[in-house]
Amino acid sequence: MSDLSYVRTDMLPQQAPPLGQRGVVKWLRENLFSSLTNGAMTLIALYVIWYLASALFPWLANSMWAPTSVNECREILASTVGEGAGGACWGVIRERWHQWLFGFYPPESYWRPILAFVLLFAALAPILFDRVPKQVLYFTLIYPAICFWLLWGGSIWMPVVAMFGFVVLGLVYRVAQPIIGVAPGAAAGVIAAVLWWLFLDAPVVSTLAAIAPIGITPVPSSDFGGFLLATTIGVTAIAFSLPFGILLALGRQSDMPLVKYLSVGFIEFIRGVPLITLLFSASLLLMYFMPPGTKFDIILRVIILVTLFAAAYLAEVIRGGLAALPRGQYEAADALGLDYWRAQRLIILPQALKISIPSIVSTFIGLFKDTTLVSFVGLLDPLRGVTTIVRADLAWKASYWEPYIFVGAIFFVICFGMSRYSMYLENKLKTDHR
Amino acid sequence: MALATDVPKDGFRLSKLVYDTRYRGYTIQIIVLVLFLLFIGWMINNVVANLAALGKPFNFSFLWTRAGYDIEQTLVPYTNDNSHARAWMVGLANTLAIAIPGCFLATILGVFVGVLRLSKNWLIGALMRVYVEIFRNIPLLLWILIIAEPMRQFTPEPKDFRITPEMEAAGQLPAASMWFNDSMALSTRGINAPLPLFERPLGSLDLGLFSVNLTFLTALIVISASLWANRRVRASARIVQEATGDRPTTWWKSLLILVAPFVAFLYFTGFHLEYPTLTRFNFSGGILIQHAYSAMLIALVLYTAAFIAEIVRAGILAISRGQSEAAFALGLRPGRTMNLVILPQAMRVIIPPLISQFLNLTKNTSLAIAVSYMDLRATLGGITLNQTGRELECMLLMMANYLVLSLLISSVANIYNRSIQLKER
Repeated sequence: MSDLSYVRTDMLPQQAPPLGQRGVVKWLRENLFSSLTNGAMTLIALYVIWYLASALFPWLANSMWAPTSVNECREILASTVGEGAGGACWGVIRERWHQWLFGFYPPESYWRPILAFVLLFAALAPILFDRVPKQVLYFTLIYPAICFWLLWGGSIWMPVVAMFGFVVLGLVYRVAQPIIGVAPGAAAGVIAAVLWWLFLDAPVVSTLAAIAPIGITPVPSSDFGGFLLATTIGVTAIAFSLPFGILLALGRQSDMPLVKYLSVGFIEFIRGVPLITLLFSASLLLMYFMPPGTKFDIILRVIILVTLFAAAYLAEVIRGGLAALPRGQYEAADALGLDYWRAQRLIILPQALKISIPSIVSTFIGLFKDTTLVSFVGLLDPLRGVTTIVRADLAWKASYWEPYIFVGAIFFVICFGMSRYSMYLENKLKTDHR
Repeated sequence: MALATDVPKDGFRLSKLVYDTRYRGYTIQIIVLVLFLLFIGWMINNVVANLAALGKPFNFSFLWTRAGYDIEQTLVPYTNDNSHARAWMVGLANTLAIAIPGCFLATILGVFVGVLRLSKNWLIGALMRVYVEIFRNIPLLLWILIIAEPMRQFTPEPKDFRITPEMEAAGQLPAASMWFNDSMALSTRGINAPLPLFERPLGSLDLGLFSVNLTFLTALIVISASLWANRRVRASARIVQEATGDRPTTWWKSLLILVAPFVAFLYFTGFHLEYPTLTRFNFSGGILIQHAYSAMLIALVLYTAAFIAEIVRAGILAISRGQSEAAFALGLRPGRTMNLVILPQAMRVIIPPLISQFLNLTKNTSLAIAVSYMDLRATLGGITLNQTGRELECMLLMMANYLVLSLLISSVANIYNRSIQLKER
């Protein structure tokens, strides 16, 4: 090697990119000001944000929690900030939050709905997350009875004996299934359970209650309100509408014309009318279709109609999943010699339900939002029912935004959480390698 | 060598009804039919018994009795001396008056937001995302209430628009002023807007239950005829273009065809606007748009548009990247790529869920109960039901009405859907 001293022997360290090509500036140039129109749009967006913020910020900055009436709020605002200044008056939430959450549920019994809510997650855990031991599923099975007893109170024997009807169903099915097959066995079980509920339930309950009067204070349905009511209706309707919706979807895909047309008729009828008309049917019409003199609880009536409503929508969603499955899956199930129910349970439904998870969850979100409509049949929903009650108080008559923001925020958190969970589930169950 | 044995030809046995899959279907269907008929029979029996106990025979004659209640917004001529059936038609017209403009406006806003959500501009995308998430995750009822209440409570009273001589002398301005060159006013009573009037109206055709405004009908015919003629002009230009490669200029023809007939129609019918004027306590003249109506329309449009935006976004994302890359390779600008390449293909994915959003919007108009807007549910299913006590008849009619509306919308939308679907041969 001659002494070419002008040739470098070592590598220079890399220089940082020019100022316009790195860091914040680069990001700004690429994302906000990549072209003239883009820059203009950024400016418009900034203006909109500034406009909203300048309207909202002073109002939020002047928030007050202490005052006990809107007038007091206004007086304080006028003396501290100036005449005509706006400010949020959260005193209404501080004083009445329990009504938005529980309605007129007796305060000394708040532990009952709270316990029921906590247990709900324990019951849901084996369904939501697969790390939980499967034995918890037994708890999930008896949870409805526990929840009913905690919420409505009364004698413990009523839910226990009612749950025993399912035990009767299971026993009869066990005995009958080897003799007469799956479907007739299940039918026999259902008939036995219905006979149990119709004829044996009431006398057994009264006998047991006379022998061992265990129970907690009963709470009438009229005391239910707020998010307690919304969750009760929402969760029950979600739990019952899913199996019913699956059955309807299978019915609609069935080869038997009669079953198919009955399912189609039911689904299209429910989907064609607004939920409000169904709720009015629950409060005005359902009595006409029952034997004369039947009386049953308005919450129960609403839950039945909301369940039917959600089931029709779910059926359509699940039908989409069933239709999206390749024909080969059905044929493979047939080729394995599986009968109809086994094929559905082991091969078709797991895949079809997986495909339709996002739509199922958005149906549930819609259902939960629709529970606010029960205020039109006289129930105390959190949005309109409780807010009207709170505003009936002279101190909070002029409180407009705070109740809606409070209730809306809770709805947002719940619904947004549900949609995030559905995304997590979708990712977890994704088996295709793309 | 094994020989295929014949299938044993045993005769039909009763046990085959359960065990043979060829016959089992019939057995199940017969059982279902019997159960279904028993259930229906049981319900009808209960209804008959209940109605007899209440002394209410099942008939619809109450529809022809005098309604006796007033309705604020009537698109069909109506007074409280008209029958309940007429009130029902007024309610139906009011429902449609929200549903039809609502579907159009929600589609426009939804497509706009959906496209902007995919914008390369981070700020715009984030803003649209916040809008969509907020509106999708909060009940519609809240939006209706939160829009309606300030419109009724925080707007100026009609008297605030007035200017007294003392104020004029002192050089003061009234507390509130009208918009658009004194032609519109927003007050606690509603929105006062100019009313289109015709000096020589064509009259109306009374069809018993409802009447058809002939002027309005003629205007519709004129507009659709000119739209059709314009399509013909463009189609013939296209034929020329495909044959020769040169497209004849059509813009002036289109403009003439679209504008001239309508202007002529307005001239011959003597079209003019009646402006609202301030009287002593209120506005007179013009047309008063109820706050209930505006709030319903705004809330429904904002809420449904959030769902439509997501549908549009999903539809655009469903088009493979190769399509837009190919369009860019051909030298199309981003705007034209979207209009000519992406959206026409995305439409096929978008239309079916869009139809169900239209149906949802139409059904959600029944939430008008929250702001006491006199729609179908408030007339037939509200005041008429309460006055006559005919729950069963009113509810059945109302449900049938909504069902027919849903079927109409979905069949019209399905015809359109079929026309844009990929024609596979």
